[in-house]
Amino acid sequence: MSRSRRDLVWIPTFAVLVAFAVPWPLWGVDRVVAGLPVWIWWHVAWLGLCTVLFSRFVESGAWERGMGRRPESENGSALGGDRR
Amino acid sequence: MTLGLSLGIVTGYLLFALAVGLVAYRVSEATAEDYYLANRSIGTVVLLFTTFATLLSAFTFFGGPNLAFAAGPEWLIVMGTIDGVLFAVLWYAIGYKQWLIGNRNGYVTLGEMLGDRFGSVGLRALVAGVSLLWLFPYVMLQQMGAGEALVGLTGGAVPYWGGAALITTFMILYVVLAGMRGVAWTDTVQGLFMLSVVWIAAAWVVSAVGGVGTATGAMLDARPDFGSFGGGTYTPGFIISTAITIAFGVTMFPQINQRFFVAKSGGTLKRSFVLWPVLVLLLFLPAFMLGAWAVGMPVEVPEGANVLPVVLNEYTPTWFAALVIAGAVAAMMSSSDSMLLSGSSYFTRDVYRPVINADASERREAWIARVGVAAFALLAFIASLFRPGTLIEVGDTAFSGFALLALPVICALYWDRTTRTGMIAGVLVPQIAYLAVVLSAVVGAVPTLPRTVAGGWDVALGLMVLSAALTVGVSLVTAPTADSDASRFAVTGD
Repeated sequence: MSRSRRDLVWIPTFAVLVAFAVPWPLWGVDRVVAGLPVWIWWHVAWLGLCTVLFSRFVESGAWERGMGRRPESENGSALGGDRR
Repeated sequence: MTLGLSLGIVTGYLLFALAVGLVAYRVSEATAEDYYLANRSIGTVVLLFTTFATLLSAFTFFGGPNLAFAAGPEWLIVMGTIDGVLFAVLWYAIGYKQWLIGNRNGYVTLGEMLGDRFGSVGLRALVAGVSLLWLFPYVMLQQMGAGEALVGLTGGAVPYWGGAALITTFMILYVVLAGMRGVAWTDTVQGLFMLSVVWIAAAWVVSAVGGVGTATGAMLDARPDFGSFGGGTYTPGFIISTAITIAFGVTMFPQINQRFFVAKSGGTLKRSFVLWPVLVLLLFLPAFMLGAWAVGMPVEVPEGANVLPVVLNEYTPTWFAALVIAGAVAAMMSSSDSMLLSGSSYFTRDVYRPVINADASERREAWIARVGVAAFALLAFIASLFRPGTLIEVGDTAFSGFALLALPVICALYWDRTTRTGMIAGVLVPQIAYLAVVLSAVVGAVPTLPRTVAGGWDVALGLMVLSAALTVGVSLVTAPTADSDASRFAVTGD
C-alpha cells in the first residue's frame, strides 16, 4: 500500500511540471543569456526536466499502478512493459 | 527557371509521399482494423512520429512562426507547455486508459467506445458529429496554410487558390489509396525529415545573419518588447486558456484520439510519452525562433504570405527553400489525411452504419467512406478560399470545439457513476453555446458574441467548466440506463 501512497506524489509533481513550463517567475524579465532571452532557456531546461521525470514515472511502475494495474516488470529495468 | 525548380521539388516530394503510402497499402489487409488502425501494430518510433506529424500541421509550421513574427517568441512557451507537458500528461490520463479499454473491447473510435459503454447509439452519433464538425475548420486550415506557403515560396506566381487546390488533390488521392498504415509510415518519414530540415534551415539562416546573438540583437532592435516575457498578446489569460483549450482539444481530435488505440503495446505508449517533451521542443524551438528573428531581418513579408518561406527564400538557396516548403506541405497533407481518414471512420462506423443504414455491405461502406472524404475535402477547400481568419484563429476555433468534449470523456473514463443523460447534456449544451459564439462572428445579421473576456480569457475555457459541471451534475440526478455497462471500461482483472 505504501507504494501506491508514494505514487500520489506524482499528482502534485505533474501539476508543478505543467504550471511552471510557463516561466511565470520571469514575467517581464528581458535579460538575454547566450543569445536567447533567459525565459526561453527556462522553458528548454524545463522540458528536459519533464522528460527525465516522465521516465522516472514510467520506470517506477506508477504508470501501471495509476491505472489500478500491476506493473508487468516489477524491477522496472527498461521503460519496458511490452513483451517482445 | 527557379520557379520551375521550386514547383518541381514540391510536386516531386508530394508524389514521393504518395508512393510511400502506396507501398504501405500493399502490405496491409483489407479489414477495417487495418485500414483505420493498422491492426493495432504500431511500434514506438512510428507511433511517436505519427502522433508528432499529426501535430505538425500548418498551425505549427506556418501559423506558429507567423505569430512569433507578429507578437513575439512567447508562442514557443505556449506551444511547448501545451504540447510538451500538458498533452503528455493527458496522453497518460486519457490515452493510456483508452488504449487499455480499446484493446480489451476492440474499439476503433471514441464514439464507439462511449456508445458501447452507455448503450446509446445517440451518444455515439453525437460524439462523431461534434468531431466531424470541428474537423472541418482544421482541414481547411491545412489548405489555407498550403496556399499561403506557395504564395510565399513563389513570390505570388502561384496564386493562393492554386496551392490550396494542389494539397486538396493530394489529400483525396492519398486517403482513397492508402489507409492508416500508409499514413503512419509517411508521417514517420516526414516527421524525421522535417525535424532535420528545420534545424538545417535555422543553422543556415542564423549563420547568414551572423550568429544567434546577432539575430536576437537585431530582433530586439526592431521590437524591444520581444525580449521580455509576457505583454501584448501574451496576457496570463491568453497563455493559460490557449494552453488548456488546445491541449485538451488535441486529445479529442479524431486523428490523435484514434492513435490511442493503435499502439502495439503499453510499452510503446510509455516510450512515446517519455520522449514527447524533447521531441516537441526540437521542432518548436528552431521554427518559432526563425519567425521571431525575422522581425530583425531585412525581409519583406507580403500581406497574406507566411513568414517562414520568405525568410528561407532570402537566406537559403532556392532548392533548399523549396525542399522545406515541400516537406511542410507534405506533412500537412499527411496530417490532413490522418484527419480525413479518422473522420471517415467516425462517419461510417458511428453515424452511417448505426443510424442510416445498418445493413450496408462492406463494399458500400468503403465506397461511402471514400466519397465522404472527397466531399469533405472539397467543401473545406471551397471554405478555405474565403479565408475566414488567420491560421492561428481558425486552428484555435477547432481546438476549443474539441476541448469541450474532453472533460465529459474523462468523466466517463474514471467515474462509474456517469450516466448517459449526463454525457449527452455535458457534450451537447456547451457545443451549442460555443457554436453560437463562433457562428455569430460569421453571420452578419446577429451581434458578434465575444470570444474572449477580461483580458484574453477564452470563453471556451468557461464552457469546458460547464461541460464538466453538467456531466457530473446531470449524472448525479439521473439513474444509469439499463443498457449502460460501467464494466466495459474496467481495465483490471481478466
